[in-house]
Amino acid sequence: MTHGAWDTVADVVSMICLLGGAFLAFAAGVGVLRFPDLLARMHAGTKPQVLGLVLVLVGLALRLRSGGAVWALVLVVVFQMLTAPVAAHMVGRAGFRTGKVRSDLLVVDELTRDLGERDGGADGGTGTRPGVGDGGRSGT
Amino acid sequence: MSVVVIVCAVLLVVGAVLAVVRAEKGPSMLDRTIALDIVVTTMLAGIALYAAVYRRADVVPILVVLSLVGFVGSVTIARFASVEPEGEGRVRTREEIAAEEAARRAAEESERAEAEGAVTGEHHESTPVDADEHHGGGAAGEVR
Repeated sequence: MTHGAWDTVADVVSMICLLGGAFLAFAAGVGVLRFPDLLARMHAGTKPQVLGLVLVLVGLALRLRSGGAVWALVLVVVFQMLTAPVAAHMVGRAGFRTGKVRSDLLVVDELTRDLGERDGGADGGTGTRPGVGDGGRSGT
Repeated sequence: MSVVVIVCAVLLVVGAVLAVVRAEKGPSMLDRTIALDIVVTTMLAGIALYAAVYRRADVVPILVVLSLVGFVGSVTIARFASVEPEGEGRVRTREEIAAEEAARRAAEESERAEAEGAVTGEHHESTPVDADEHHGGGAAGEVR
């Protein structure tokens, strides 16, 4: 194929990637508005943070097609992949310890179960959430 | 191509607006954190879309900075999240604020009247302050 044809292919692929990223951002907006509790909202919110961002930046890289800018975009993706789990962990942990997690919506709740086992069922065993005063300190 | 760009822009704007609605409603601080995280991510995507449309490589540093800032913000809020009393995250109405102000003023008035009424020579023992609070201790309800 000629050079111009490859340019067209790159543009089309980049548009598809941008469209996918924008759709994921929209889906995150819908999910964060409609989901019932903190963990479900976090689940919705992480979609554009990693996959959506990767798609959008791949689209941008295919459109720019110049060396330096593309490396900066790789930097953004790597940084986001490093920091998104940390932020999600901090938010989820804080949510668990401050009682924002609705345990009736959870299918599996291993943290509460493990904490109950560790405490030897002293405070009712499984099914109880650790209080912020003592259990919060002794969590993960 | 311009149609695709417009569709992308509309999707991004609608997603950001929905996230802002959640940030306004959000019953707790953490819900707002997540919603604002999504707003930041949507802004990232919007700037990337702009750069892609006009082939501007010079806005790429903005993307780097924005991804840094979003991380710092959400971690800071999550670190200092605390147990909020029921209804604390709600924006109060004007009447409620007025009622609270009136109650506070009445309490101050009665305190002052009590102080004037007290015998001047009598030395009141001050209430013991929580030592932790004034020496770098954690705030009440702080998550460790």
